[in-house]
Amino acid sequence: MPVNIDAVGRAYGPHEPYEVTRVKIREFADAVDARSFAHRSEEAARAEGYPDVVAPTTFAVVIAQQAEFHVVVDPEVGVDFSRVVHADERFSHHRPIVAGDLISATVHIDAIKQRGGISMVTTRTELSDEDGSPVSTVTSTLAVREEA
Amino acid sequence: MSSENGPAFDALEVGEVVAERTVELTRDSLVRYAGASGDFNPIHYNEVVAESVGLPGVIAHGMLTMGTAASVVEEWAGPGNVVDLQTRFTRPVPVPAIGEAAVTFTAKVGALDAEKRTARIDITVEHDGQKVLGKAQAVVSCA
Repeated sequence: MPVNIDAVGRAYGPHEPYEVTRVKIREFADAVDARSFAHRSEEAARAEGYPDVVAPTTFAVVIAQQAEFHVVVDPEVGVDFSRVVHADERFSHHRPIVAGDLISATVHIDAIKQRGGISMVTTRTELSDEDGSPVSTVTSTLAVREEA
Repeated sequence: MSSENGPAFDALEVGEVVAERTVELTRDSLVRYAGASGDFNPIHYNEVVAESVGLPGVIAHGMLTMGTAASVVEEWAGPGNVVDLQTRFTRPVPVPAIGEAAVTFTAKVGALDAEKRTARIDITVEHDGQKVLGKAQAVVSCA
């Protein structure tokens, strides 16, 4: 079954907020070879002007991919996850994520383009903090190969 | 937008290389990234699954390559100063069961915006002599 182009415009969330912890930031920083002490020590982060340990640039993907999962598993969208390849990704940060943040995510299906047996599904995940202020916009496109 | 802990805007020149790094990715790197990110797609650790969907073998998460590219830029820019980052994933990076896959990152000043005091940093990412990311660009907030 091909991806349903009528799903454009659907939105999911926000669900339970994601709590950003120092331990998770450090773990992510280790995984992506982000070397600054500001990802590991509160004191180093403060010296850089942040209230607590600051997340690496792409940390937002941890939260965004959880939100995007709601799109992938929606049977009315019809994405076969075993046929998915990640095509592109973009992060636009309104402010850096820091430990202690409670982040809410809402994911929107912005576009579905079909050509040559491939559906390009573009989602936009808006992350906001406890006060409702915007934190990051994460845009992601998945290429889904339709069955031959 | 300008950032006090960022690079000095006035000293930057278009074309200048600001950061370089070579990272040797192993299966350990992939398992570590899977755990850190929550992306447990088996094509990043299971040969049989990867080959069954037409891949040359286990491949690195595109987001691991992108995240490392961000780290290379961020080490120069200062933590929290990469305000925008985008890329296309153009070619997979196969990672062998034993040994490593070397990925090289070169970050260059692509454009300067004097009004916003931001620098566009163009990142070239290569494995085995071929580019693996397309249009990898970061926007850095400068001092």
